[in-house]
Amino acid sequence: MGSRNSDQAGLAARSPLRKTASHGLKIVVVGGFGVGKTTMVGSVSEIKPLSTEEVMTEASVGVDDNSRVGQKSTTTVAFDFGRITLDQRNVLYLFGAPGQDRFWYLWDQLFSGSLGAVVLVDTRRLQDSWYAIDRLEYHQMPFIVAVNRFEGPTPTLEQVRDALSVDAGIPLVDCDARQRESSKLVLITLVRYLTSLSGPQDAPHPPGSLAMSVPDPISDYSSSAEETAL
Amino acid sequence: MSPRSVDRESPDRLYTVTGGRTLGDDDPFDLVSLVVSEREPAPGMQSEHVRILRDCQSPMAVVEISAGLALPVSVVKILLRDLLDAGSITVRRPVAKRAQLPDHDMLKQVLVGLQKL
Repeated sequence: MGSRNSDQAGLAARSPLRKTASHGLKIVVVGGFGVGKTTMVGSVSEIKPLSTEEVMTEASVGVDDNSRVGQKSTTTVAFDFGRITLDQRNVLYLFGAPGQDRFWYLWDQLFSGSLGAVVLVDTRRLQDSWYAIDRLEYHQMPFIVAVNRFEGPTPTLEQVRDALSVDAGIPLVDCDARQRESSKLVLITLVRYLTSLSGPQDAPHPPGSLAMSVPDPISDYSSSAEETAL
Repeated sequence: MSPRSVDRESPDRLYTVTGGRTLGDDDPFDLVSLVVSEREPAPGMQSEHVRILRDCQSPMAVVEISAGLALPVSVVKILLRDLLDAGSITVRRPVAKRAQLPDHDMLKQVLVGLQKL
Protein backbone atom coordinates (compact mmCIF):
# COMPACT_ATOMS: atom_id res chain seq x y z
CA MET A 1 0.00 0.00 0.00
CA GLY A 2 3.07 2.17 -0.26
CA SER A 3 1.81 5.04 -2.40
CA ARG A 4 -1.53 5.17 -0.69
CA ASN A 5 0.09 5.41 2.69
CA SER A 6 2.41 8.19 1.62
CA ASP A 7 -0.64 10.08 0.43
CA GLN A 8 -2.29 9.72 3.78
CA ALA A 9 0.82 10.46 5.81
CA GLY A 10 -0.12 13.28 8.10
CA LEU A 11 -3.75 13.25 7.01
CA ALA A 12 -4.99 12.28 10.45
CA ALA A 13 -2.73 14.88 12.01
CA ARG A 14 -4.41 17.57 9.94
CA SER A 15 -7.83 16.71 11.42
CA PRO A 16 -6.92 16.56 15.08
CA LEU A 17 -9.28 15.29 17.74
CA ARG A 18 -10.48 17.56 20.48
CA LYS A 19 -8.09 17.90 23.39
CA THR A 20 -10.78 16.45 25.62
CA ALA A 21 -11.11 13.21 23.63
CA SER A 22 -10.51 10.36 26.04
CA HIS A 23 -12.54 7.32 25.01
CA GLY A 24 -11.82 5.52 21.77
CA LEU A 25 -14.61 3.15 20.73
CA LYS A 26 -14.77 0.58 17.94
CA ILE A 27 -17.42 -0.74 15.60
CA VAL A 28 -16.45 -3.19 12.88
CA VAL A 29 -18.09 -3.41 9.46
CA VAL A 30 -17.61 -6.95 8.17
CA GLY A 31 -18.40 -8.13 4.68
CA GLY A 32 -17.25 -9.83 1.53
CA PHE A 33 -15.05 -8.26 -1.10
CA GLY A 34 -16.69 -5.35 -2.91
CA VAL A 35 -19.79 -5.25 -0.71
CA GLY A 36 -19.22 -1.61 0.24
CA LYS A 37 -17.47 -1.70 3.61
CA THR A 38 -15.14 1.19 2.87
CA THR A 39 -17.98 3.04 1.19
CA MET A 40 -20.05 2.77 4.35
CA VAL A 41 -17.15 3.80 6.57
CA GLY A 42 -16.42 6.74 4.29
CA SER A 43 -20.02 7.93 4.10
CA VAL A 44 -20.23 8.59 7.85
CA SER A 45 -16.59 9.26 8.70
CA GLU A 46 -15.43 12.79 9.50
CA ILE A 47 -12.09 12.00 7.89
CA LYS A 48 -11.38 10.41 4.54
CA PRO A 49 -11.02 6.69 5.30
CA LEU A 50 -7.44 5.76 6.12
CA SER A 51 -5.76 2.48 5.47
CA THR A 52 -3.19 0.73 7.58
CA GLU A 53 -1.92 -2.75 8.18
CA GLU A 54 -0.94 -5.19 10.84
CA VAL A 55 1.84 -7.72 10.75
CA MET A 56 0.88 -11.26 11.58
CA THR A 57 3.66 -13.52 12.73
CA GLU A 58 3.72 -17.26 12.59
CA ALA A 59 3.05 -17.42 16.32
CA SER A 60 -0.33 -15.78 15.88
CA VAL A 61 -1.23 -18.05 13.00
CA GLY A 62 -2.05 -20.72 15.55
CA VAL A 63 -3.69 -23.74 14.04
CA ASP A 64 -4.01 -22.27 10.59
CA ASP A 65 -2.47 -24.00 7.63
CA ASN A 66 0.95 -22.48 7.18
CA SER A 67 1.53 -24.21 3.88
CA ARG A 68 -0.86 -21.69 2.36
CA VAL A 69 1.50 -18.83 3.01
CA GLY A 70 4.38 -20.67 1.40
CA GLN A 71 7.75 -20.13 3.01
CA LYS A 72 6.79 -16.88 4.66
CA SER A 73 6.53 -16.75 8.41
CA THR A 74 5.20 -13.20 8.45
CA THR A 75 2.38 -11.62 6.49
CA THR A 76 0.47 -8.40 6.69
CA VAL A 77 -3.22 -7.70 6.52
CA ALA A 78 -4.58 -4.33 5.52
CA PHE A 79 -7.72 -2.67 6.81
CA ASP A 80 -9.51 0.65 6.41
CA PHE A 81 -10.99 2.83 9.07
CA GLY A 82 -12.83 6.09 9.62
CA ARG A 83 -13.69 8.23 12.60
CA ILE A 84 -16.72 9.92 14.16
CA THR A 85 -16.38 12.38 17.03
CA LEU A 86 -19.46 11.70 19.17
CA ASP A 87 -19.03 14.30 21.90
CA GLN A 88 -16.34 15.95 24.00
CA ARG A 89 -14.98 12.62 25.24
CA ASN A 90 -16.09 9.80 22.96
CA VAL A 91 -14.63 9.07 19.55
CA LEU A 92 -15.99 6.20 17.49
CA TYR A 93 -13.69 4.41 15.05
CA LEU A 94 -15.25 2.37 12.26
CA PHE A 95 -13.21 -0.46 10.84
CA GLY A 96 -13.82 -2.27 7.58
CA ALA A 97 -12.76 -5.91 7.65
CA PRO A 98 -13.15 -8.66 5.07
CA GLY A 99 -15.51 -11.27 6.50
CA GLN A 100 -14.63 -14.28 4.45
CA ASP A 101 -11.00 -14.52 5.13
CA ARG A 102 -8.79 -17.12 6.67
CA PHE A 103 -7.31 -14.37 8.80
CA TRP A 104 -10.57 -13.80 10.55
CA TYR A 105 -9.09 -14.73 13.93
CA LEU A 106 -6.72 -11.83 13.39
CA TRP A 107 -9.71 -9.55 13.10
CA ASP A 108 -10.78 -10.96 16.43
CA GLN A 109 -7.45 -9.94 17.92
CA LEU A 110 -7.51 -6.55 16.27
CA PHE A 111 -11.09 -5.72 17.07
CA SER A 112 -11.47 -7.22 20.53
CA GLY A 113 -13.30 -4.77 22.72
CA SER A 114 -15.47 -3.56 19.84
CA LEU A 115 -18.96 -2.43 20.77
CA GLY A 116 -20.39 -4.61 18.04
CA ALA A 117 -20.36 -5.35 14.35
CA VAL A 118 -22.32 -4.63 11.20
CA VAL A 119 -22.40 -7.50 8.72
CA LEU A 120 -22.76 -5.82 5.35
CA VAL A 121 -24.47 -8.09 2.85
CA ASP A 122 -24.73 -8.16 -0.92
CA THR A 123 -27.81 -10.23 -1.78
CA ARG A 124 -26.13 -11.44 -4.96
CA ARG A 125 -23.45 -13.07 -2.83
CA LEU A 126 -25.10 -14.07 0.43
CA GLN A 127 -22.66 -16.90 0.90
CA ASP A 128 -19.90 -14.36 1.47
CA SER A 129 -21.56 -13.52 4.78
CA TRP A 130 -21.98 -16.99 6.23
CA TYR A 131 -18.51 -17.28 7.62
CA ALA A 132 -18.50 -13.83 9.18
CA ILE A 133 -21.84 -14.45 10.90
CA ASP A 134 -20.62 -17.81 12.15
CA ARG A 135 -17.48 -16.29 13.63
CA LEU A 136 -19.32 -13.38 15.23
CA GLU A 137 -21.74 -15.79 16.88
CA TYR A 138 -18.88 -17.98 18.05
CA HIS A 139 -17.12 -15.01 19.65
CA GLN A 140 -20.42 -13.70 21.03
CA MET A 141 -19.81 -10.35 19.41
CA PRO A 142 -23.22 -8.70 18.98
CA PHE A 143 -24.02 -7.79 15.41
CA ILE A 144 -26.74 -6.62 13.07
CA VAL A 145 -27.10 -7.35 9.38
CA ALA A 146 -27.33 -4.53 6.83
CA VAL A 147 -28.28 -5.34 3.25
CA ASN A 148 -26.54 -3.00 0.84
CA ARG A 149 -29.09 -2.79 -1.95
CA PHE A 150 -27.51 -3.16 -5.35
CA GLU A 151 -30.42 -4.61 -7.28
CA GLY A 152 -33.93 -3.64 -6.25
CA PRO A 153 -36.19 -4.84 -3.46
CA THR A 154 -35.76 -8.59 -3.79
CA PRO A 155 -34.97 -10.75 -2.03
CA THR A 156 -36.91 -9.40 0.90
CA LEU A 157 -35.27 -8.92 4.27
CA GLU A 158 -37.09 -11.97 5.61
CA GLN A 159 -35.80 -14.05 2.73
CA VAL A 160 -32.30 -12.82 3.50
CA ARG A 161 -32.83 -13.64 7.17
CA ASP A 162 -33.84 -17.17 6.29
CA ALA A 163 -30.98 -17.63 3.86
CA LEU A 164 -28.45 -16.46 6.44
CA SER A 165 -30.16 -18.27 9.35
CA VAL A 166 -30.04 -15.08 11.37
CA ASP A 167 -31.82 -15.25 14.72
CA ALA A 168 -35.19 -13.45 14.77
CA GLY A 169 -33.95 -11.10 17.50
CA ILE A 170 -31.07 -9.75 15.46
CA PRO A 171 -31.97 -6.57 13.55
CA LEU A 172 -31.74 -6.80 9.79
CA VAL A 173 -32.03 -3.60 7.77
CA ASP A 174 -31.79 -2.29 4.23
CA CYS A 175 -29.23 0.38 3.50
CA ASP A 176 -27.44 2.33 0.82
CA ALA A 177 -23.84 2.42 2.01
CA ARG A 178 -23.14 5.45 -0.20
CA GLN A 179 -25.63 7.57 1.71
CA ARG A 180 -24.53 9.16 4.92
CA GLU A 181 -28.03 9.14 6.47
CA SER A 182 -28.51 5.51 5.57
CA SER A 183 -25.16 4.42 7.02
CA LYS A 184 -25.88 6.51 10.09
CA LEU A 185 -29.17 4.67 10.57
CA VAL A 186 -27.36 1.35 10.36
CA LEU A 187 -25.05 2.43 13.17
CA ILE A 188 -27.96 3.74 15.22
CA THR A 189 -29.78 0.43 14.74
CA LEU A 190 -26.71 -1.43 15.96
CA VAL A 191 -26.25 0.75 19.03
CA ARG A 192 -29.96 0.51 19.89
CA TYR A 193 -29.67 -3.24 19.66
CA LEU A 194 -26.57 -3.19 21.89
CA THR A 195 -28.44 -1.01 24.36
CA SER A 196 -31.27 -3.53 24.46
CA LEU A 197 -28.74 -6.29 25.13
CA SER A 198 -26.88 -4.50 27.87
CA GLY A 199 -30.06 -3.31 29.56
CA PRO A 200 -30.25 -1.32 32.78
CA GLN A 201 -30.12 -4.60 34.71
CA ASP A 202 -26.48 -4.97 33.63
CA ALA A 203 -26.80 -8.70 33.33
CA PRO A 204 -24.81 -10.08 30.43
CA HIS A 205 -26.79 -12.05 27.87
CA PRO A 206 -25.68 -13.86 24.80
CA PRO A 207 -27.22 -12.09 21.82
CA GLY A 208 -29.70 -14.85 21.04
CA SER A 209 -31.23 -15.03 24.51
CA LEU A 210 -33.11 -11.77 24.21
CA ALA A 211 -34.77 -12.63 20.96
CA MET A 212 -38.31 -12.10 22.18
CA SER A 213 -37.66 -8.77 23.86
CA VAL A 214 -36.04 -7.01 20.95
CA PRO A 215 -38.38 -4.85 18.88
CA ASP A 216 -39.25 -5.94 15.39
CA PRO A 217 -36.24 -4.85 13.36
CA ILE A 218 -38.20 -3.53 10.41
CA SER A 219 -40.57 -1.32 12.39
CA ASP A 220 -37.71 -0.25 14.62
CA TYR A 221 -35.79 0.75 11.55
CA SER A 222 -38.72 2.82 10.30
CA SER A 223 -39.21 4.57 13.60
CA SER A 224 -35.54 5.38 13.89
CA ALA A 225 -35.70 6.79 10.37
CA GLU A 226 -38.44 9.18 11.42
CA GLU A 227 -36.71 10.27 14.58
CA THR A 228 -33.44 11.02 12.96
CA ALA A 229 -34.70 12.67 9.78
CA LEU A 230 -33.71 16.09 11.01
CA MET B 1 -7.55 -5.99 1.74
CA SER B 2 -5.99 -9.36 1.13
CA PRO B 3 -3.10 -10.85 3.05
CA ARG B 4 0.23 -10.12 1.47
CA SER B 5 3.81 -10.83 2.22
CA VAL B 6 5.46 -8.28 4.46
CA ASP B 7 8.48 -8.68 2.21
CA ARG B 8 6.73 -6.52 -0.34
CA GLU B 9 6.95 -3.68 2.12
CA SER B 10 10.39 -2.79 3.40
CA PRO B 11 11.33 -5.28 6.09
CA ASP B 12 14.70 -3.61 6.54
CA ARG B 13 12.96 -0.44 7.51
CA LEU B 14 10.65 -2.26 9.91
CA TYR B 15 13.64 -3.94 11.53
CA THR B 16 15.59 -0.71 11.79
CA VAL B 17 12.69 1.21 13.24
CA THR B 18 12.11 -1.26 16.03
CA GLY B 19 15.68 -2.43 16.54
CA GLY B 20 14.37 -5.93 15.86
CA ARG B 21 12.26 -5.91 18.99
CA THR B 22 8.76 -7.26 19.44
CA LEU B 23 6.13 -6.16 21.89
CA GLY B 24 5.51 -9.56 23.46
CA ASP B 25 2.39 -10.38 25.42
CA ASP B 26 2.49 -7.24 27.50
CA ASP B 27 0.64 -4.91 25.17
CA PRO B 28 -0.71 -1.77 26.82
CA PHE B 29 -2.17 -0.41 23.58
CA ASP B 30 -5.44 -0.99 21.80
CA LEU B 31 -6.06 0.08 18.20
CA VAL B 32 -8.13 2.96 19.53
CA SER B 33 -6.10 3.89 22.59
CA LEU B 34 -5.66 7.65 22.38
CA VAL B 35 -2.08 8.83 22.66
CA VAL B 36 -1.14 12.30 23.89
CA SER B 37 2.36 13.86 23.85
CA GLU B 38 3.62 15.05 27.20
CA ARG B 39 6.81 16.72 25.99
CA GLU B 40 8.53 18.20 22.97
CA PRO B 41 10.78 16.03 20.82
CA ALA B 42 14.38 16.02 22.11
CA PRO B 43 17.46 16.48 19.90
CA GLY B 44 18.80 13.20 18.58
CA MET B 45 15.51 11.37 18.92
CA GLN B 46 14.59 8.70 16.39
CA SER B 47 12.63 10.37 13.58
CA GLU B 48 9.54 8.19 14.13
CA HIS B 49 9.49 9.17 17.79
CA VAL B 50 9.73 12.82 16.81
CA ARG B 51 6.87 12.44 14.40
CA ILE B 52 4.66 10.72 16.99
CA LEU B 53 5.32 13.43 19.59
CA ARG B 54 4.43 16.12 17.06
CA ASP B 55 1.31 14.37 15.75
CA CYS B 56 0.02 13.58 19.22
CA GLN B 57 -0.09 17.13 20.55
CA SER B 58 -3.81 16.53 20.20
CA PRO B 59 -5.02 13.02 21.10
CA MET B 60 -4.53 10.52 18.30
CA ALA B 61 -5.51 6.86 18.12
CA VAL B 62 -2.84 4.20 17.70
CA VAL B 63 -4.37 3.19 14.38
CA GLU B 64 -4.21 6.77 13.08
CA ILE B 65 -0.55 7.02 14.05
CA SER B 66 0.02 3.77 12.20
CA ALA B 67 -1.66 5.09 9.05
CA GLY B 68 0.21 8.39 9.24
CA LEU B 69 3.61 6.77 9.64
CA ALA B 70 2.81 4.06 7.05
CA LEU B 71 3.98 1.47 9.54
CA PRO B 72 2.16 -1.65 10.75
CA VAL B 73 0.24 -1.32 14.00
CA SER B 74 2.52 -3.69 15.91
CA VAL B 75 5.60 -1.69 14.90
CA VAL B 76 3.96 1.53 16.00
CA LYS B 77 3.10 -0.06 19.35
CA ILE B 78 6.79 -0.77 19.96
CA LEU B 79 7.66 2.84 19.24
CA LEU B 80 4.87 3.98 21.54
CA ARG B 81 6.09 1.68 24.26
CA ASP B 82 9.47 3.44 24.16
CA LEU B 83 7.79 6.81 24.54
CA LEU B 84 5.49 5.56 27.28
CA ASP B 85 8.39 4.12 29.26
CA ALA B 86 10.23 7.43 28.91
CA GLY B 87 7.20 9.36 30.16
CA SER B 88 6.96 11.22 26.85
CA ILE B 89 3.36 10.21 26.16
CA THR B 90 0.26 9.29 28.09
CA VAL B 91 -2.38 6.84 26.90
CA ARG B 92 -6.13 7.17 27.21
CA ARG B 93 -7.38 3.65 26.96
CA PRO B 94 -10.66 2.50 25.46
CA VAL B 95 -13.58 1.84 27.77
CA ALA B 96 -14.73 -1.53 26.50
CA LYS B 97 -12.89 -4.65 27.52
CA ARG B 98 -12.71 -7.93 25.73
CA ALA B 99 -15.69 -10.27 25.98
CA GLN B 100 -17.75 -7.83 27.96
CA LEU B 101 -20.90 -6.08 26.92
CA PRO B 102 -20.42 -2.33 26.80
CA ASP B 103 -21.70 -0.16 29.58
CA HIS B 104 -25.33 0.87 29.20
CA ASP B 105 -24.77 4.55 29.95
CA MET B 106 -21.86 4.71 27.55
CA LEU B 107 -23.99 3.16 24.80
CA LYS B 108 -26.58 5.84 25.39
CA GLN B 109 -23.89 8.48 24.94
CA VAL B 110 -22.91 6.82 21.66
CA LEU B 111 -26.53 6.79 20.54
CA VAL B 112 -26.99 10.47 21.34
CA GLY B 113 -23.77 11.29 19.51
CA LEU B 114 -24.81 9.36 16.40
CA GLN B 115 -28.26 10.92 16.34
CA LYS B 116 -26.70 14.37 16.38
CA LEU B 117 -24.59 13.70 13.31
